[in-house]
Amino acid sequence: MNPRLARWLVNGALLGCAAVAVLPLLWMLSVSLMPPGTASSLPPPLLPAHPTLGNYRELFSRTGMGRYALNSLLVSGAIAGLALVCNLMAGYAFAKLRFAGRERLFQALIGALVIPAQVAMLPLFLLLKYAGLVNSYAGVIVPGMATIFGIYLVREYARNVPDELLEAARIDGAGEWRIFVQIVLPLLKPVMVTLTVFTFLAAWNDFMWPLIVLTGQEHYTLPLALASLAREHSEDTELMMAGSVVTVLPVLLLFLALQRHYLQGLLLGSVKG
Amino acid sequence: MNRTRTAWLFLTPALLVLGVFFILPVIGALGLSLTDYDLYALADIRNLRFVGLHNYWALLQRPLFWSALGNTFYFVAVGVPLSIGASLGSALLLNSPLARLKSFHRTVLFAPVVTTVVAVAVIWRYLFNTKYGLVNYGLAGLGLDPVDWLGDPHWAMPTIIAFAVWKNFGYNMIIFLAGLQAIPPELYEAARIDGASGWRQFRHITLPMLKPTMLLVMVLTVAGYFQLFAEPYVMTEGGPLQSTVSVLYLMYDDGFKWWNLGVASAVAFTLFGVILAITITMLRLMRRREPA
Repeated sequence: MNPRLARWLVNGALLGCAAVAVLPLLWMLSVSLMPPGTASSLPPPLLPAHPTLGNYRELFSRTGMGRYALNSLLVSGAIAGLALVCNLMAGYAFAKLRFAGRERLFQALIGALVIPAQVAMLPLFLLLKYAGLVNSYAGVIVPGMATIFGIYLVREYARNVPDELLEAARIDGAGEWRIFVQIVLPLLKPVMVTLTVFTFLAAWNDFMWPLIVLTGQEHYTLPLALASLAREHSEDTELMMAGSVVTVLPVLLLFLALQRHYLQGLLLGSVKG
Repeated sequence: MNRTRTAWLFLTPALLVLGVFFILPVIGALGLSLTDYDLYALADIRNLRFVGLHNYWALLQRPLFWSALGNTFYFVAVGVPLSIGASLGSALLLNSPLARLKSFHRTVLFAPVVTTVVAVAVIWRYLFNTKYGLVNYGLAGLGLDPVDWLGDPHWAMPTIIAFAVWKNFGYNMIIFLAGLQAIPPELYEAARIDGASGWRQFRHITLPMLKPTMLLVMVLTVAGYFQLFAEPYVMTEGGPLQSTVSVLYLMYDDGFKWWNLGVASAVAFTLFGVILAITITMLRLMRRREPA
């Protein structure tokens, strides 16, 4: 094939794919700036004739979106922080501390990955109901405080920490906890960033479990609020798009800022499954 | 020994969380699926009765269960190949030496993956709106009749599949891209010297070298697509005519709308069994075809 034609085809196809990927998101942004009622007309407008922030004002003053955004931030932040601590400790133990049955226990955890999380949700709901945690932030946070994926990720990374370093510190009389905090953690910084971004995004975007455990609106996270808004206000296209922007923009910006770490985690986590 | 105790101390928080909030509930779900746990048992546990395999038996005789299973299989059987095709295609484009602005394109193509399902499903609802949606406007421009995308039982699932492909293809694209970059360039050089065409290079070098990646991607994607829930919840509420009720949607309705937690647990376990059986079958088939 003519190399110039080939170059045109490859780059044209790439641009086409990129357009399909990003146009719905740009359309969302554009419609969110249109005055109420103007998006539903023919021909469908692509850009707002008179851009306005009115939908956002409406969203925060009347539908309580500000509160839901704070709920999302709180819940996702807590999950990311707590899961980071639990997964780091366990991943390090699986990678570097010796104990009987280590490999077998780890294999059992990896095996448990085939169980879909939803299988656990019904009894988990009952468990939390009897514990009085249904319809509370804790009910959303608690099951997410450790993940098999996170433990796997940390273990893969921590295996590169040289044993000699740890042994030398032990000979110098350092306690295990001090070794972990002062020697190991600084070496694990990259995987800490990766894991935090991963867990935060997953928690922010999570839908099914919060939908089950949060029965009252006051604790709703953004996806729940948006889903219930979509059922009440399905005619208000512009308002709904403003709500979508508020939900999507934070995670999109976070991803853009820490893209390299996120993609590394994705690859590290799926090399062996 | 002291070392062992330290290790277990480090493991305790994570194992406690996973044990209490995951492993224990999974075992509990198996037990729950053998009872008639419902609204009355929720009010007073003394109303609970052991019913053996009755929930499973009743499930097999329930038309809605079979249509939910059928809808889910439809979503998986059409959605997974399309999704993997889109991932592989875009990874090949990104990996082409002719491609420009690679990292920009990679970021843009990956962007839908990190977005919130609920939010982008709402966008798609409006894009596919029968009257004012851009998609039908485009069709009209081509002289085609408008389609009631989410209101027609024949079109609702295809629309959800298109949405899922758009939302998810970037994930596997990144995995394929890493697989493509790991193929030694010498293989292609040798093929070029032998005069192999681009297509033959793809057939006889790229695809065989990508096989482990492909297996991984297939297993992950099939398991993920069987867990269809948020898309129909937001876009169609299971309708029209229950054409987009998935197995998990049924579980959610049974469990948390009608509070039949025993029945819903049986639904959940059946889904688990289906996913497990298909994963094992895929692994076996792929292994067998491997040349010794």
